Amino acid sequence: MVNRIVVGAHYGLKDWIAQRATAVYMAIYTLIFAACALSLPEFSHEAWSALFANGVFKFLTFLFFLALFFHAWIGVRDIWMDYVKPVGLRLALHVVTIFLLVGYAGWAAQILWRL
Amino acid sequence: MSKRTVQFKIYRYDPDKDEKPYMQDISVELEASDKKLLDALVRLKTKDDSLSFRRSCREGVCGSDAMNINGKNGLACLTDIDGLPQPVVLRPLPGLPVIRDLIVDMTQFFKQYHSIKPYLVNNDPAPERERLQSPDDREELNGLYECILCACCSTSCPSFWWNPDKFVGPAGLLAAYRFIADTRDQATNERLDNLEDPYRLFRCHTIMNCVDVCPKGLNPTRAIGKIKEQMVRRAV
Ligand code: SF4
Ligand code: SF4
Ligand code: FES
Repeated sequence: MVNRIVVGAHYGLKDWIAQRATAVYMAIYTLIFAACALSLPEFSHEAWSALFANGVFKFLTFLFFLALFFHAWIGVRDIWMDYVKPVGLRLALHVVTIFLLVGYAGWAAQILWRL
Repeated sequence: MSKRTVQFKIYRYDPDKDEKPYMQDISVELEASDKKLLDALVRLKTKDDSLSFRRSCREGVCGSDAMNINGKNGLACLTDIDGLPQPVVLRPLPGLPVIRDLIVDMTQFFKQYHSIKPYLVNNDPAPERERLQSPDDREELNGLYECILCACCSTSCPSFWWNPDKFVGPAGLLAAYRFIADTRDQATNERLDNLEDPYRLFRCHTIMNCVDVCPKGLNPTRAIGKIKEQMVRRAV
């Protein structure tokens, strides 16, 4: 039994689409961010804080981080799937990756709402 | 035509005699009629008959003489010997177990091929004459049915090297799409279900080595993209 190859998890498409969708959003956000940053009256802490005080901008930025972390999840998981053969180790790496990325997301929120 | 000599560097391994594989330096004089790399190998075998390789049709239809030629997978019978940089370095197809010299064990490759059910599934009673297709529907199969299962593509695909037991590989996926695209086939849903898996299909990272090497000029990456497209159309 242990030596049988089992495949057929019946997921993959959603992740593949999500990977593309998050990439598109990150590209769009980068443009928005560049436009906003360049149109700042001056590069000072006050101007910077004012930009991030805007609720919509905060929301878009947080969405960007979520997109980034979800994109990273799929990418990093792909690496584990490609190169890590022992199932137990792979599972452990998956779990660590999820914990880290969820942690980063919380951290990003904390930083954003503190600005 | 004057005599031509070709220098070779060939991967040799006979598990009964050799402790480990080695590269053999050998050269051979060609006759005027020797045009392809396969001709040169056959000529070489008259000099050293212990050299082992597969071949059959010698015209690019059986797919048995695939090997790694100067670092790139290809068919010996379709590769011109003139103009090949020398010494011509020959190795077995990468990533598969070597049986002897240039002969590899293709079991894994064919296992993946069979896993996609490479035959028409149609439960309607067979018509008196053949099952017909419109010319447009038939057109869809061009660039898919021509595959000769030489394995040049799958054995140049890093994703197949890492997970040959789980990733179907470009050749198998090209064949899978050949039946997904066939209007006479009735198992489209099952076929898509069978591939909707993070390993079987989605291990492909669009590296395109497969397209680069296919001696029949086929495009497995495009077929893989089409399978994904069908999945998206089905899901959204
Ligand atoms: S797709 Fe091309 S390279 Fe791959 S097995 Fe078929 S003929 Fe060979
Ligand atoms: S495009 Fe996909 S199947 Fe082709 S070589 Fe790259 S990873 Fe392999
Ligand atoms: S010998 Fe048949 S393909 Fe080369």
